[in-house]
Amino acid sequence: MSIYVDANTRVLVQGITGGAGSYHARQMVAYGTKVVGGVTPGKGGTKVDEIPVFDSVSQAVKATGADATCIFVPAPFCKDAILEAVDAGVKLIVCITEGVPVLDMLAVKPVVDRAGVRLIGPNCPGLISPSGRCKIGILPASIHQPGHIGVVSRSGTLTYEAVAQLTELGLGQSTAVGIGGDPVAGTGFIEVLQAFQDDPDTEAVVLIGEIGGSAEEKAAAFVKAHMTKPVIAFIAGRTAPPGRRMGHAGAIISGGEGTAESKIKCLNENGIDVAETPADIGATLAKRIGWRK
Amino acid sequence: MKIHEYQAKAVLASFGVAVPRGGLATTPEEARTVAQGLGGAVWVVKAQVHAGGRGKGGGIKVCKSLDEVRDKAAAVIGMTLVTPQTGEEGRLVRKVYIEEGLAIARELYVAMVMDRETCRIVLMASTEGGMEIEEVAAHQPERIHKEFIDYSVGIQPFHVRNTCAALGLTGVAAKRAAVFLPALYKAFVDKDASLAEINPLVVTADGDLLALDAKVNFDDNALFRHPDIAGLRDTDEEDPLEVRATAHDLNYIKLSGDIGNLVNGAGLAMATMDTIQHFGGSPANFLDVGGSADRERVKAAFEIILSDKPKAILVNIFGGIMKCDVIAEGVVAAARDVGLTVPLVVRLQGTNRDAGREILAKSGLRITPVESMREAAEAVVRASKGG
Repeated sequence: MSIYVDANTRVLVQGITGGAGSYHARQMVAYGTKVVGGVTPGKGGTKVDEIPVFDSVSQAVKATGADATCIFVPAPFCKDAILEAVDAGVKLIVCITEGVPVLDMLAVKPVVDRAGVRLIGPNCPGLISPSGRCKIGILPASIHQPGHIGVVSRSGTLTYEAVAQLTELGLGQSTAVGIGGDPVAGTGFIEVLQAFQDDPDTEAVVLIGEIGGSAEEKAAAFVKAHMTKPVIAFIAGRTAPPGRRMGHAGAIISGGEGTAESKIKCLNENGIDVAETPADIGATLAKRIGWRK
Repeated sequence: MKIHEYQAKAVLASFGVAVPRGGLATTPEEARTVAQGLGGAVWVVKAQVHAGGRGKGGGIKVCKSLDEVRDKAAAVIGMTLVTPQTGEEGRLVRKVYIEEGLAIARELYVAMVMDRETCRIVLMASTEGGMEIEEVAAHQPERIHKEFIDYSVGIQPFHVRNTCAALGLTGVAAKRAAVFLPALYKAFVDKDASLAEINPLVVTADGDLLALDAKVNFDDNALFRHPDIAGLRDTDEEDPLEVRATAHDLNYIKLSGDIGNLVNGAGLAMATMDTIQHFGGSPANFLDVGGSADRERVKAAFEIILSDKPKAILVNIFGGIMKCDVIAEGVVAAARDVGLTVPLVVRLQGTNRDAGREILAKSGLRITPVESMREAAEAVVRASKGG
């Protein structure tokens, strides 16, 4: 089993006729994801391989029964794309696009929340369930393997790093979720942690955070109060200078807050082991759960 | 994106935020002319650099005659201004802003910023104007009043009333605030600001309310819809290598160490720096080539790293969208073009890893290929120390 997605999830790709959209739609299909349609306004009636393309999300949902969507449209159009998907009744929206204005997300988030829709991202790699053979996003499928570890991360490539180490150790994954590096994200650590806690197939969780904001501190308090499953963490950015935006819009130490040290201290105080370097993420989890390859 | 004080005031004034009268000058004579045009008996000469704490560094001068304006401007233009925010190297002052002097009764603080936790725009206000707000937050957090504004409905009269009460603004000043604060909010949302800080906000002897200083930063992601704001960028205020990187869509930040690194993904790039430091090295830069880099961009990234003269370079790529063979081609092309002499450690993982490794192996370049992050960091630290 898994969280948010499974073998029955029916996925649309918004922006399917673009370079990234078509490439990753094919990769998703190759993995086993049920990509039932694509949406590009003005390209309705055409096809990408065998995938039918529609002019609007509502047409696509009506024709295909899709319940999830993966958004690749350029950043200036993401607000529209997300709101259109909400309006069409899609229940899971994964927004891969990087560079969405913060105020667009402030406008979108209350609408998404009110509609009871799960939005993951933007600026994220998406999610993958190896046992459900469902991938929505851009994560490299080959490094994943079915298993019982949940992974949740603010960083794409660090997620891959962690997953590859887990797989190398023989620790497969129930679901890996990249929640994205933007200051306003559709889904936060706590919601994913709760889902992993409730998922009978997840036995332990790897949490990957970075400097900026206080999401990791909140997550640490949540783990202590509400989780019975073991959680380990890694925090990127010990060497990041204050006041500089480290690539991700959300990764910035401001006013002395959001440093790696304070996050690591807080995680430790709440009983969460933190890997010393990214190279130790897999080993830290293995040690925590008493796993030997 | 950051802009200068004089630019911030012009943007804010266009929304109806009250600011003192002033003008820009790049020469002492021009400064005198601006002051003459403003009239009055007191002027302030303010160095225009992208850093706070200018007063402490001697970048702000109060003048009582037109000749003094000229002389103080002559002293400030061309000086290297060192403030707590510029670092030791300081900033070259290229222009000054000349403002009318005001009869100041009180100095307050207001700012707007996006609050990540509540997903609202927070209006912060404090009676401790002129202080660094971080200091106030650390030692007297009760002195900072906050109003949380829901973006879908915008600033409401009660936000203004509550703020006035917290600042002790009554009468004329409260009436001015009822114009000032909504105007500041409108400027913030209409121009996609990430920070609008008025420190100090002054109350004059007449009860007027004006922005004596203004710092406005903008959301880089929203600049596409504000060409006017994007046009205010002053590349003189940025590191030349960072300017070059931006032109190639690279996320690059110069640091003080001697190990260059080229990574894909911001999180992995930060983690790579951390790992280098963990094993006793010192990173020269942060560089995320992004998810969709092509050969040309990788080459540009490589050249930027090399122009900082590192002692060794680490390439750490975990291919997702990014394909390892593309990275490898860029690295080889750049290394050939510049006649690479420093040790190069390369780690390729993920999509098309084997093809990438083969390109490196066949290149004939002196490259140390490694498998894991630990090996990568250890190897590059050793190389940087001549080992």
